[in-house]
Amino acid sequence: MDGYSLSDLWSILIMQGFSGLSLFSVLLLMALGMAIIFGQMGVINMALGEFMTIGAYAVYFFSKMAGKYFPALMPYYFIIAIIAAFVIAFLVGYAVEYLLIRHLYKRPLDTLLATWGLSLIMQQVFRSLFGAREVSAVLPDWLMGAWKPTANIDIPLNGLFVMAISIVVTALVVLFMYRSSWGLKVRATTQNRVMANAIGINTKKIDRITFAAGCGIAGIAGATFTTIASTGPTSGSLYIVDTFLVVVFGGTASLFGTIVSAFSIAQAQSILTFFMTNAMGKVVTLLTIIIILMLRPEGLFASKVRK
Amino acid sequence: MSNHTDYVLAVEDLTVSFDGFKAVDGLNLYVEKNELRVIIGPNGAGKTTVLDLICGKTKATAGSIKFHDRELTKYPEYKIVQAGIGRKFQTPSIYENLSVLENLEISFPRGRSVWGSLVFKRTREVTDRIAEVVDMIFLAEHLYAQAGLLSHGQKQWLEIGMLLIQDPELLMLDEPVAGMSVSEREKTAELLGKISQGRSVIVIEHDMEFVQRIAHKVTVLHQGKVLAEGNMAVVQNNPKVIEVYLGH
Amino acid sequence: MEYVNKGRMMSAFYNKWLGGKKGAIELAILAALIFIVMPLWLDIFRLNLVGKYLTYAFAAVGLVMVWGYGGVLSLGQGVFFGIGGYCMAMFLKLEASDPVSTAHQTTPGIPDFMDWNQVTHLPLFWEPFHSFAFTLAAVIVLPVLFAYIIGAAMFKRRVGGVYFSIITQAIAAILTILVVGQQGLTGGINGITDLKTLHGWNINTDSAKYLLYYVNGALLIGVILICKFILSSKLGRLLLALKDKEDRVRFSGYDVANFKIFTFCLGAAISAIGGAMFTLQVGFMSPSFVGIVPSIEMVIFAAVGGRMSLVGAVYGTLLVNYGKSAFSESFPSLWLFFMGSLFIGVVMFFPSGLSGLYETYLQPRLANWSKTFKNRSGQKIESCSDGAAK
Repeated sequence: MDGYSLSDLWSILIMQGFSGLSLFSVLLLMALGMAIIFGQMGVINMALGEFMTIGAYAVYFFSKMAGKYFPALMPYYFIIAIIAAFVIAFLVGYAVEYLLIRHLYKRPLDTLLATWGLSLIMQQVFRSLFGAREVSAVLPDWLMGAWKPTANIDIPLNGLFVMAISIVVTALVVLFMYRSSWGLKVRATTQNRVMANAIGINTKKIDRITFAAGCGIAGIAGATFTTIASTGPTSGSLYIVDTFLVVVFGGTASLFGTIVSAFSIAQAQSILTFFMTNAMGKVVTLLTIIIILMLRPEGLFASKVRK
Repeated sequence: MSNHTDYVLAVEDLTVSFDGFKAVDGLNLYVEKNELRVIIGPNGAGKTTVLDLICGKTKATAGSIKFHDRELTKYPEYKIVQAGIGRKFQTPSIYENLSVLENLEISFPRGRSVWGSLVFKRTREVTDRIAEVVDMIFLAEHLYAQAGLLSHGQKQWLEIGMLLIQDPELLMLDEPVAGMSVSEREKTAELLGKISQGRSVIVIEHDMEFVQRIAHKVTVLHQGKVLAEGNMAVVQNNPKVIEVYLGH
Repeated sequence: MEYVNKGRMMSAFYNKWLGGKKGAIELAILAALIFIVMPLWLDIFRLNLVGKYLTYAFAAVGLVMVWGYGGVLSLGQGVFFGIGGYCMAMFLKLEASDPVSTAHQTTPGIPDFMDWNQVTHLPLFWEPFHSFAFTLAAVIVLPVLFAYIIGAAMFKRRVGGVYFSIITQAIAAILTILVVGQQGLTGGINGITDLKTLHGWNINTDSAKYLLYYVNGALLIGVILICKFILSSKLGRLLLALKDKEDRVRFSGYDVANFKIFTFCLGAAISAIGGAMFTLQVGFMSPSFVGIVPSIEMVIFAAVGGRMSLVGAVYGTLLVNYGKSAFSESFPSLWLFFMGSLFIGVVMFFPSGLSGLYETYLQPRLANWSKTFKNRSGQKIESCSDGAAK
C-alpha cells in the first residue's frame, strides 16, 4: 500500500468501485435469473451460464450483421441486440423446461446433474457454431470513452450504461413480481402449489414461463457481459458458482437480499483484485462467503417461517 | 415459578412466535407420572406446535420446558429422545424402504452413535424385544414386510411400536387414530391402555368418544393458551369450551 | 467348538463382507476381470491405462457411499483425490530431488519447479513428506480432516441438498485456484511431475507398472469389501432411513449430522487412496484432477454404474473413461455431446445405471437359465437367496 497517497487511494477505490459495477451488473442479472428459478422453484439451472453466453453471442451476431449489411444502423443495433438476447434465451429456456426440467422438479440434485449435462451440450453447440476462440462484438461509438468527473477518476461509459440496464431490468422484475397478475400467480404457486392449482392457476405454465424468464434475464446479462469481456464457449461457466453463492448469500427468498449480495460481492472482488492478484482476490471473496454461509446458512436476509 | 419436582413434564410460560404471530402464548402445562393427558382444541389452537416445542422440532421464543428438572429448550432433538421422550407424528412417519423388523430395530435404544451402529449386533435381547413389541402392535405376521406396503392404520401402529421399543418415559401421540376404522380404533385404544402403564402419555385427538375412553385429564387449548383443564365431564360442560367449539 | 466357531465366522464373512451369494458372485466376477482377464488381454500400456481408470473408480465407489447411500451429492471429490495424489507426489518428488541428481540447480536438493521459481529452501510443509510412513498416514488423515471440517461445519448446521453440493463445488474451485497460483509451492498448473522412484524402486519400469496395477486392484477390492461390511451393518440401514426421512431418524434418537460426517469422511478417504495410486501409476499429479470438472465427472462414473452399486461404480468408471478415450481419438467434438447426453440420460432414463439395467433385464434371464440348467441335470432347484443386505 506504500506509494499511494490518501487521495490516490480514494481515486483507486472509486475507480475500482466503478469497474466493480460492471461485474456487479452481470452478477446481479445472473443472480436475478437464478433467484427467480431457484428461489421460486427450488431448481438449480447449472446451464444458466450458457444462457448468458447465448445472450452474448446474440449481441456478437447482431454486431456482425449490422457491420456487414446495415452499417447505418450500427449506433442502434445494440439496443435491438439486448432485446433479442432476452427473447432468444427466453425461448430456449422455455423449450428446455418443457423437454427436461419439468420431469425433475421433485429431484433437485438430479436437476443439478441434468442441467450440467445440458451446459456441456450447449458449450459444444457454441463451439461448433461460433468456433472455439473468443469473439468480440463491436461496441457502438456512444458506448466508448469515459466520464471524467475529476482529473483522477475515469469512469467508462459502457460501465454506466450496463449498470443502467441492470437497474432497469431489476426494477422491471420487481414490478412484475409484486404488481402484475403474473407475478401474483408465481408467488402463489411458490407458497402453496396445491392451492394454486385448486384455484385454477395453471402451475405448469407458470413454472415454464418463470424458468424461461430466468433464462431470458441471464441472456440480458450476457448482452451486458459483452461490454466488459470477449465471449467464448465457456464464458458462462465462469460465473455459475459465483452466481449461486450470490443468491444463497443474499437469502434465497429475498430479491432485495440478492441485490445487496451481488453488490457487496462484486465490489469486494473488484477492490481485492486491485491489491492482490486476480486469482487471490477471487479466492478470498469465495472463502469469505463460504465461511459466512457456514455461520449463517440462511443468508443475509431470511424470514423465519414455520417449516 | 413452580418448585414441584415430581412432575414428569413442567411447561411454563412457553411462547413461540412466527414473524409476530404467537402460535403458543404463555402456555403452562404439568404432566404427572403415569398420567394420560389428552389435549384437544379447535384447529390452529397450537396443539401440534406444543408437541413440536417439547420434542425440539421447533425452538421456543420464550419459556421453559422441564423434563424431570432437565431444561429441554436447549437440547437438540436427538438428545431429547435419548432423555426419554418419544413423539408420534400426525402423518405416519416410518421408514418406507425398510421392513417392519428393521424399522423397529433402528428404534431400539442401543447403538445410537456412529461406532455403536457399526458394531451393533442383532442379539437375542434385541430380537426378543422386537418380537414382544411387534405382537403388541398387531403386526406379528408382517415382521418382514416392507413398511411402505402396510395399510394406513398399520403404519400408525408401527410408529407407535417404534416409540414403544425406545422405552420412553413420556410418550407423545399426535392424532393416533386419524384415518382408522372403528375396529382399528378399538384396538388402538386397547394398545394405548397397555402402553400407558408405567409411562406418562400426552395425546392430541379430535375424536371425542375416543378421548372419553382413554383420558385421565383433558386440556383444552385455544389460540395458543390453555382454555380449560379437568376431567372430560367438567371440560365438556365448560361454557367457554362450548363456545369455542360450536362457533363464534 | 472350534469347527462351529469357524463356520459362524465364515458365514458372517460371507453375509456381511461379501453380501451373500449375489454379492460374492458379482465381486468374484469383478476380481476375475481385474486380476486375470485384463492383464492377459491387454498390453502393458493399455493395462496401465486401465489401472489409471481404476484409480478414478475409487472416487466413484466413495460417491456410492456418500451420494447413493448417504444422499449427499458431493461435487468436490476431486479435492480429496487431489490431496491424496499430491501427498504421494510430494514424497516421490522429494526422493527424486536428492542433492546428487539436482546438483545442477541453483539450490540443489529441492524440486526442480521450486528452483525455477527462485525458491531457495524447501517450504516447511514439505519437510514431513521425506518420510514414507508420514506420507501414507497423510494420504488418509489429511483428506479425512478436511472432510471433517467441511462436514461438521455444514451438517451440524443442517446445510444439505443443493446448497451443500454447490459449496463443495466452490471449495473445489478455490483449491484449484490456490494450487495453480502458488507455483513455487505446488508446481502450479503443471503439477508435480518427473517422479522416478519409491524407496529406490523405479516406478516407471514395466514390471513396476504390473505390480502397481495389482496393488491398485487389491486395494480397490479391499475398499469395496469394507464398504459392503459397513452397508450390512445397522449404519447401512440408517443411511437408507436417513435418505428417506431424515427428521424421523433424529426422533429415533440419532445425531444425524455425525452419520453424514462419517460417510463424507469415508468417501474422502477412499478418493484419496485413489489419488495416491494414480500418482504412483501415472507418475505425476496436477490440479486438473482437483477442480470442478473432474469432480463432476467422478459423479457421472458412479451414476452410470448405478449410484447404489459399489461394483457397478467400477464398471461405470471403466465404461465412461473408455468411451472418453475412444471419442477423443475419433470424434473429439462429439465428446462433449456424449458426456452431456450421458448426464441427462442417466438422470432421466437410467437412474439406477448399469446395475439397475443388470438387475431388471439380465439377472432374471441368468437366473432362469441356471434354473433350467440345474433342472436338466436332475438336481434340486435352489431356493431364492435370502434377503442378505448388499
